[in-house]
Amino acid sequence: MTQREKQILEILENDSRTGAEQIAIMLGMDVAEVRAKIAEWEAQKIIIKYNTIVNWEKLGDDTVTAMIEVKIAPQRDAGYDSLAERIYRYPEVKSVLLMSGGYDLAVLIEGQSLKEVAMFVSEKLATIDGVQSTGTHFVLKKYKMGGVILNGKHEDDKRLVITP
Amino acid sequence: MNAVTNWAQRLSPVVRNIPPSGIRRFFDLVAEMKGVISLGVGEPDFVTPWSIRESCIYSLEKGMTMYTSNYGLLELREAIARNIYGDFGVTYDPRKEIVVTVGVSEAMDLAMRAILSPGDEVIIPEPCYVSYSACTALAGGVPVPVATTAENEFRLTPRQLEAAITPKTKAVIIAYPSNPTGATISGPELAALAKIIEQYDLIVIADEIYDKLTYEGQHTCFSSLPGMRDRTILLNGFSKAYAMTGWRIGYACGNPDFIGAMVKIHQYTMLCAPITAQMAALEALRNGKGAMEEMVKQYNQRRKLMLHGFRQMGLDCFEPRGAFYIFPSIEKTGLNCEEFSEALLKEANVAVVPGTAFGQPGEGHIRCSYAASVKQLNEALERIAGFVSKRLS
Ligand SMILES: Cc1ncc(COP(=O)(O)O)c(C=O)c1O
Repeated sequence: MTQREKQILEILENDSRTGAEQIAIMLGMDVAEVRAKIAEWEAQKIIIKYNTIVNWEKLGDDTVTAMIEVKIAPQRDAGYDSLAERIYRYPEVKSVLLMSGGYDLAVLIEGQSLKEVAMFVSEKLATIDGVQSTGTHFVLKKYKMGGVILNGKHEDDKRLVITP
Repeated sequence: MNAVTNWAQRLSPVVRNIPPSGIRRFFDLVAEMKGVISLGVGEPDFVTPWSIRESCIYSLEKGMTMYTSNYGLLELREAIARNIYGDFGVTYDPRKEIVVTVGVSEAMDLAMRAILSPGDEVIIPEPCYVSYSACTALAGGVPVPVATTAENEFRLTPRQLEAAITPKTKAVIIAYPSNPTGATISGPELAALAKIIEQYDLIVIADEIYDKLTYEGQHTCFSSLPGMRDRTILLNGFSKAYAMTGWRIGYACGNPDFIGAMVKIHQYTMLCAPITAQMAALEALRNGKGAMEEMVKQYNQRRKLMLHGFRQMGLDCFEPRGAFYIFPSIEKTGLNCEEFSEALLKEANVAVVPGTAFGQPGEGHIRCSYAASVKQLNEALERIAGFVSKRLS
């Protein structure tokens, strides 16, 4: 991949609503070329999805998030993958990461209440064959998610309006 | 009753004769208005990268609040020397050939005062940064402006240089990438200038503060040219590349006689650059490269956006290859640059700086800074396009 192609993805990752024309101008490329590249990446699932980051908390939403440390026994032929899949297929599960260190999977879960999340862990997660133990950590406050600072103060431009 | 004292009369004539800044008037106009998008800002829109700010806070916690050597922290000078050697292959002895200053601004003043005798002439290619003429005059020298032109993309030519040289010429300023034009100059072109500089035995003050902001081709450091190191006072700083304008930190490199003389002035007028800023600058050199390159990448995208935008409007605009300015010609509108800038501000709420703020040869042009977000630049371009279209027929 060329530096310029990489920049197309960076621009989109930062603001997925940036149009192909604008991207082409900013990178000194042909619009058709940019469009073709984006289509190709969409087809290859390199560009997976165009998302919006919503700060639900601001709307008074009190969804509960928990990070669950899960220890599992790797499976013959499938390693950790098949167990990970059994877990990530639940819609309550927002992310699943295989970790080095003291536990194997970091599982992020969302629910409507502490009880709902706790029930999910004890009834669904902990009972899967191969899951050896779970440790639940409830999220108290989100500061930064996916590179974006939540509730960050809007930083005004503090520069003088004209400087040499 | 006593006659009213005319205090202005008591001022030094040297100071009195320095013309008021062409930017000041615009600043006052813009400051009164609301909803203005300003393309008039000569500093990065990024704040200083966090690792640099954080290391400064840490230095304060450690109690780093004292004077440093007049030359600046040795560690910082060593890092500067390593950096210049790495980038351009030029060697400076950090012990006696580098001084850390309060921005390139102070370094420029020191350089002028160190080398000029009354009446010495300094050749200044215009349009250029606002301080060169004033610093020359304040040091007792005589600024000799040379008009570079849009046809030649605002590069100083050997012929222009040679034509400006007189028996009194002491020094020449070479400042690329350029504020306000965004022009750069190639190695071979600099070498052609160097030949004349050697022939007439001139000193060069090289203001290379925008060297890292070079988007096409490679920046050539003037002192890397054969025979030029010892006759060059190389100025650079952290303001632009690391988004550190408010820290006020820069440096000068040169032969030990030049730097020694500059330090002599610096020790009595400044003592040393603030240690807090020196600590931050050290972090910038150690760990700031990634953040700097990310900013350069974004400037480059905006540069292309601006060039496309102005050309789309039907204005003539050469491609700026450095700094974060674009310098389109507004001659086709039939307005001069002051009229254009003032009308644009009042009708379209966009602030730019008239080219003449950087010397008379800037007439017919406006300086637009693209140190602003893509969103703001798009909005500004749209407003300018509307304004311009009414005046092109
Ligand atoms: C060409 C040029 N030289 C020097 C300076 C001053 O820089 P510093 O902040 O290092 O004093 C500027 C700032 O705008 C500049 O554009």
